Amino acid sequence: MTAAPIIELNGISKSYAGIRALDSVDFAAKRGSVHAILGENGAGKSTLIKIISGVVAPDAGEMRLNGQPVRFQNPSAATAQGVVCMFQELSLIPDLSVADNISIAAPPLRMGLIDRHAQLQRAEDLLARVRCEDVDPRMLVRDLSLSRRQMVEIAKALGRNPQVLILDEATSALTAQDVQTVYDLLGKLTAESVTTLFISHRMHEVEALCDRLSVFRNGRHIETFAKGERSDAEIVRLMIGRDVTAKYPPKPAAQARPSVLTAEGLEWEGALKGVSLTLGKGEILGVGGLDGQGQKELLLAFFGVLKGVKGRVEMGGRGLPSSPITAKTGQPRIALIPEDRKTEGLMLPMSIADNLVTAAFDRITRSGVIDPVRLEAAVQDGIARLQIKVGSPQDAVRTLSGGNQQKVVIAKWLMTEPDIILMNDPTRGIDVGTKQEIFRMMRDLADGGKSILFYSSDYAELIGCADRVIVLYDGKVVRELTGEAITEEALVGASLNIGTAA
Amino acid sequence: MGRWVAQNRGFAGALVLFATLLLIYNLLHPRGFSSAVLVQNANESVAIAFVAMAQTVPVLMRGLDLSVGAVMTLSACVASYLLTGSGLEISFGILAVLATGTAFGLMNGLIVVYGRLQPIIATLATGAIAIGLALLLRPQPGGDVDGDLSWALTNTVWDFADTYSIADGGEAWWIRPFADIPVPLILLVGVAILVWLPFKRTVTGRTIYAIGSAEGAAYVSGLPINRAKLAAFTLAGFFSACAGLYLALQTSTGNADTVQAGAYTLNSIAAVVLGGTALAGGIGGAIASVVGALILRLISFYFRILDIEPLLQPLIEGLVLLLAVSAGAWRTFSVKNRLELFR
Repeated sequence: MTAAPIIELNGISKSYAGIRALDSVDFAAKRGSVHAILGENGAGKSTLIKIISGVVAPDAGEMRLNGQPVRFQNPSAATAQGVVCMFQELSLIPDLSVADNISIAAPPLRMGLIDRHAQLQRAEDLLARVRCEDVDPRMLVRDLSLSRRQMVEIAKALGRNPQVLILDEATSALTAQDVQTVYDLLGKLTAESVTTLFISHRMHEVEALCDRLSVFRNGRHIETFAKGERSDAEIVRLMIGRDVTAKYPPKPAAQARPSVLTAEGLEWEGALKGVSLTLGKGEILGVGGLDGQGQKELLLAFFGVLKGVKGRVEMGGRGLPSSPITAKTGQPRIALIPEDRKTEGLMLPMSIADNLVTAAFDRITRSGVIDPVRLEAAVQDGIARLQIKVGSPQDAVRTLSGGNQQKVVIAKWLMTEPDIILMNDPTRGIDVGTKQEIFRMMRDLADGGKSILFYSSDYAELIGCADRVIVLYDGKVVRELTGEAITEEALVGASLNIGTAA
Repeated sequence: MGRWVAQNRGFAGALVLFATLLLIYNLLHPRGFSSAVLVQNANESVAIAFVAMAQTVPVLMRGLDLSVGAVMTLSACVASYLLTGSGLEISFGILAVLATGTAFGLMNGLIVVYGRLQPIIATLATGAIAIGLALLLRPQPGGDVDGDLSWALTNTVWDFADTYSIADGGEAWWIRPFADIPVPLILLVGVAILVWLPFKRTVTGRTIYAIGSAEGAAYVSGLPINRAKLAAFTLAGFFSACAGLYLALQTSTGNADTVQAGAYTLNSIAAVVLGGTALAGGIGGAIASVVGALILRLISFYFRILDIEPLLQPLIEGLVLLLAVSAGAWRTFSVKNRLELFR
């Protein structure tokens, strides 16, 4: 283990819109090692690999490959130097064939044109290496299942002769047999002294595959150690760290609550695999787990956005709403604070006033015509209710800060007087002060008899706000925690689906 | 075969529709299945077929080129000055016409790529510029196009050989099997085979499909995105110039007809869609659009032989287009996350 590092990062920093994603990170990986990168949601893992693979450029710092300083302008520059990344969001082109995709940027040529026969042969060879002989290279990628696409993605990465191979959640959709194939493949590559950076949320895979582990937290590199030096519990603690926690309003004592929403065995398109839950009147039910375990789909399903949801749902005597319109007008009324306020929450170029009333036009119209007096009253009411700091309600909503934009989204939905509020990570990218106001308001709403289903990627918020938390893993509820049992250790352990003692 | 149909449903459907329409047309036509009818039909279809090919390339990467009709008109006006004189002069003239359109397309590409403008608005502006230049060149319709060339390229292979006294004036045994084929069709197929098919098999060509299919994935896969966008508009300019060249040969004049240019642009979009190319990009091809253009023209031929009121033509064409597009929209019914319909 004395080999010189193949890849070395010194003082790498990166900010997005003023928010630090990476903060002077030093990191090195040795030749021929399988190196795991661990961290919570938002710890900076994705930014790290995007920088290494040339997708984004760092704001500061230096990267060395084989001891030579390098600066990748784009992904093809990284690939040319043997740094190949398999992205979590697939990099395959759906309308092209498997063979086209595997040799996409540098196909075999004959007289300047793509040699389709050689390309087919190459695809067959590479697919055989990942034991996917069942995939016909002439098929279009869009006709493949997600697990086959991931294997094609691996074959594509292999075809680029990597020195450093980055696998970002490469195994998230694979079958057990494919995972074994990937294990074997990584073993062979390691023997050929290829370095693998392995990002996975599955602890047992990390344990089976990796020889070194690095933990990231809040954009910082916390510690790197060899496998076996730390127990699972210690790793979890490293990932959590000690953060300055926001102040949360006090929770009421546990009490029996009448159910307003009961779901049993919800299934949808492989993202939800039998989710059951109950939501009580006046309760804040937290939804936890790592990103992409079905939380977003769960909220969308309750709001009537998804088609073909299977399972039994009962809310106030009716089932799932068939569209957002029935969701917001039926009984009980449902509101959704969406994941992305810039596209699904707001119409950025339109005024604050217009945005505030978009979900509740029925309250401000008289026989289909907008009543200016009611409009004015509703807008003033919305602004006052959430103390939104605005110059004029006629300003475009995009001129507001992130926190105030989110307040506009929330005020807009409160105007419909909802009974059930679905919140999809409502505090993402907003300042601490506004966060506290939002937590306060959530508690007030719950005390006033509203029910809140609250997904957050920040465990601290679930601990501070929720009366009860369900943790999702791979489309299923793996744990339910109540009251004092909602701790960071329990949440992180459940999210990784490992049995950490609370 | 089965796989090809499954992967090219739109194109396959267009082929079936085209074959059916062509067959019935010839059965109904008093002189059906004759060379004369074929020559006439081909002459009336080649220009729109070239413009449809031009439109296809930007559409494949999810852009629209609203200047294709105008570039065609500009090229035709240039041609009305240059397609005359000695054989060498005419050859030079043809190259100059093609270069005009190609250069105009390249300019479109440069504006879109480096000016970072939306293709639709950039080409709306440059299309107006092209028409403006055409009007400067030909304030009134007119011009001088070599009569032999015009005749030879708008009739059958036999006429071509006869005009230029090659292959024993068209009587040589090896030319007999092809004697009745219209030259315009050969030109169209020739350009498609010699330009489009090889282009499709370059990395640049494939990148155009990749951009239309998933631009982000194309970027992280390290594909030459800017080069492909430049190439797409340049190629559109080249195909538009082919259309202009043919139009000048066919009419023997240059005419800066603004209305005609606009109609060709709109019809090119219709032809692209009819051929099965997705306006969302990534699926389709120039050959498919040629078939789409031929369908569009065939429909109009029906009006002539069936004595239908010509006033009904736009109405019927609109209905056919709407039906054809609806057939391609079934996909949206299988979308399970309704939010995806808005992305």
